[in-house]
Amino acid sequence: MDGTTHGPDDARMAAGPGEAVGRAVTRLEDPPLVRGRGLFAADVNFPRQIHMRVVRAELAHGLLRSVDATAARALPGVVAVWTSADVAEIPSIPFRATKVQGLEPYCQPVLARDRVRYVGEPIAAVFAEDAYLAEDAADLVAVDIEPLPAVLDAAAPPAEFAPGLHTEPTIVRKGFGDVDAAFAMAHAVIELDLSVGRHSGVPLETRGAIARYDAARDLLELHGAAKKQHWNRDEIARLLGRPPSSVHLFEGHVGGGFGVRGELYPEDLLACAAALRLDRPVKWIEDRRENFLATNHSRQQRHRIRAAVDAEGRLLAIDDVFFHDQGAYVRTHGARVVDLAAGMLPGPYRLPAYRVAGHFRLTNKTPAATYRAPGRYETTFVRERLMDAIATRLAIDPIELRRRNLVATAEMPYPRPLDVLGSDVVLDSGDYAKLLDQALDRFGWKALRESIAARRASGECVGAGLAFFVEKSGLGPSDGVRITVDHTGTVELVSGAASVGQGVDTVLAQICAEALGVGYSGIRVVRGRTDRIEFGNGAHASRVTVMSGSATWQAAQAVRAMALETAAPLLQLSPEVLTIRDGIVQRKDGATEPSMTLAEIARQMGPNSPAMRGRTPGLTAEKWFWSDHMTYPYGVHCALVCIDRGTGAVKVERYLVANDIGRAINPMLVEGQIAGGFAQGLGGALYEEFRYDETGQPLSTTFADYLIPTATEMPALDVLIAEDAPSPLNPLGIKGAGEGGTNAVGAAIAAAVDDALGQPGAVTTLPILPGTVMRLLDRAAP
Amino acid sequence: MSETRRITLIVNGEHREAETPVRQHLADFLRGTLGLTGTHVGCEHGVCGACTVLVDGHAVRACLMLAVQAAGHEVTTVEGLSLADGTLHPLQQAFCDHHGLQCGFCTPGMLTTLVEFLAEHPAPSEEEVRLAISGNICRCTGYDSIVAAALAAARALRGDAA
Ligand code: FES
Ligand code: FES
Repeated sequence: MDGTTHGPDDARMAAGPGEAVGRAVTRLEDPPLVRGRGLFAADVNFPRQIHMRVVRAELAHGLLRSVDATAARALPGVVAVWTSADVAEIPSIPFRATKVQGLEPYCQPVLARDRVRYVGEPIAAVFAEDAYLAEDAADLVAVDIEPLPAVLDAAAPPAEFAPGLHTEPTIVRKGFGDVDAAFAMAHAVIELDLSVGRHSGVPLETRGAIARYDAARDLLELHGAAKKQHWNRDEIARLLGRPPSSVHLFEGHVGGGFGVRGELYPEDLLACAAALRLDRPVKWIEDRRENFLATNHSRQQRHRIRAAVDAEGRLLAIDDVFFHDQGAYVRTHGARVVDLAAGMLPGPYRLPAYRVAGHFRLTNKTPAATYRAPGRYETTFVRERLMDAIATRLAIDPIELRRRNLVATAEMPYPRPLDVLGSDVVLDSGDYAKLLDQALDRFGWKALRESIAARRASGECVGAGLAFFVEKSGLGPSDGVRITVDHTGTVELVSGAASVGQGVDTVLAQICAEALGVGYSGIRVVRGRTDRIEFGNGAHASRVTVMSGSATWQAAQAVRAMALETAAPLLQLSPEVLTIRDGIVQRKDGATEPSMTLAEIARQMGPNSPAMRGRTPGLTAEKWFWSDHMTYPYGVHCALVCIDRGTGAVKVERYLVANDIGRAINPMLVEGQIAGGFAQGLGGALYEEFRYDETGQPLSTTFADYLIPTATEMPALDVLIAEDAPSPLNPLGIKGAGEGGTNAVGAAIAAAVDDALGQPGAVTTLPILPGTVMRLLDRAAP
Repeated sequence: MSETRRITLIVNGEHREAETPVRQHLADFLRGTLGLTGTHVGCEHGVCGACTVLVDGHAVRACLMLAVQAAGHEVTTVEGLSLADGTLHPLQQAFCDHHGLQCGFCTPGMLTTLVEFLAEHPAPSEEEVRLAISGNICRCTGYDSIVAAALAAARALRGDAA
């Protein structure tokens, strides 16, 4: 396949587990974390630091008449209070460009200028000697806002954003084939109107930013960073008018990311600017209410979708118009979630014609961006609802209907005339039908149908449903890894990746150990630091294992080759008969002598070694893995639910996630990703939602209103990890595993609830709340 | 400036004496004043459980208790769970063995909650473990691995082989 570099270090790993790869080993990350010795953002402290507190809009939309900080400034211990005038020279928060043009005027200023557009928007920043004091002072800042009507429905006609600009910055259009002709000749046309609620990642650790300026070295440091350190570093440098090499970002432990953490937010800029200007380290830790109001939201969309099908239920065309509720401003993702939704909607099915228009609309809510499986959680719900509706209309079994439409293995790689995030969609590998069979078998679908019938006969309201999904992962274009063996034999791996708590260190160490021939547990993994590696693309879009994992594989292969070449003449053997085991170069045939440790080789390759004269010293290699195409994991979710007729509560009793990810580097960690991802999907399906009153006041501002699943809501969860379709696009065959657990949960539970109610198509909205279920139960009552 | 008071208490077996603002909650006191940052703050409204510590052996939300209320009491934080020689507590070990943590932010609260629970319920059922941690939010794991770790730790604490 094209899309990757080729070279001697591209050797593919054979299928099946190796010495370190494919093993469920314990994590390198855990020992400090279970001892309470981690370093999360709030744990970072510097001498002389001051604390920042942000004053936020309490109205959803209005003209900012005045901000009076006199009383706040007078409070002893207050160092400074800033309003927009104090940061007028800092440009708005930028976004990562795509093809979409014209979004700049919709970006968020660091502090609100003359309008506020959502409850929670930063208006002023208070800096004080301690955090309690900063909060006291923030309460003294008097804000005068003249209210304006709030726009809260993204599907309503666009309103005015600012003079000459309305609330629809862009429409993302994609498509192929002759859609109108397909509808004209269709055996049947099925139309649905479906909505997904407003959700967010809500990591348990809130955001934090600790900035300090080191005048001795003219260096600005930002601690508490995550996800996209290098991009954020470059942008912070640009916005503050400094060269990038004078700004460094540091990621410590990160208490969950899920898409929202580690984006560039106004608070990051405020902390950095204050550290420079006030000449004191500045610490900002978000509180939970702020986290609900100010950290990215996601997902809220409404789709009006139509399908044209033939008499056998084969898709002829899909025509979708959807409205994406972006909230008040364009954030760092620009229109990417709309792009992803539009590009990924067709999923696993053969589709001759497709037309989609994604209306990117601004409202007076917290701005939105990505949340785990962005654009896919939404569109899998929409597409799989559509497949169920087609099955009902044509009286075909929903599983059989899916089978008729799944792309076949023989058609892989399957190019779809669509692009996503600027890269052409080519479903790289897969045996969709096989995984569907495996999933049904594992879930015991047949027996389940019988037991459901029996339980219904005894009066229970139970049902089962399933959904198929295609994920995307391994977004390029590049990532690099440098591996160095020092003179004690210790291996250090420096990566441009980031970790938001998934276990990246362990996974990269396992890959390095496999390729190099050392134990994984002694490898020191460095990531999330802009001062240790020049470039990096961070941790998002299930890309780390694919991109940084592949770069690790290549770099470790290169170090291995170097070690063997250096050792061979000294051992008076040819490199071909040598291998590395547990860090010792020895004969492949198992003879333990002669041998040489990696430490000895590293010393031979040191800068003072005569043998290295004229060459770059060190047992070290840096490799960059490039990819033009994403790789597409896929899977099936199956749900069994039981509805309480008295309360309308939906209880998920059993659940299966079957997910083909090409190769599991660490099956235990993959299961963890899937289980955790499922719990988040479950939240979105049944419990979680940001609600607003008619004036735009947020109603979900505590953990008591925004309900995250707890241990007692989790059903019996089964995870089937398949490795039947390794990706041809990287040397390990990996596809990302970060989002498959989340992707289809809303879709599968919706199908199961329909089935329990005996009302096909009843569920049109996520989350499925008890009130809705009660109404549906009443509707069914004779 | 708010009023302060000098308090003495036992933290992880050590006698500590420190000045605290009267309005400072126990979590901020442990983290800020004593530098024990293992106790995490996830919500400050008593729902997430990340700040859970043991006060006289009972699990308490340190964000809902003022530091001055802890005067004269015995507090155990996650830093105090392992043995003096550094050996992990069986719960800590089980969390590592069973992938009971991802980001690790909820972990200190999960561990302290379970220390109390297992002391009172040495042979719990899976259901009982789920109930015991139902007041602790974990956004990463989906809880199954935490439940598995707790059951394994219970066996280890009872002295059962694996
Ligand atoms: S921080 Fe105390 S319960 Fe959440
Ligand atoms: S491991 Fe991240 S919140 Fe529990």
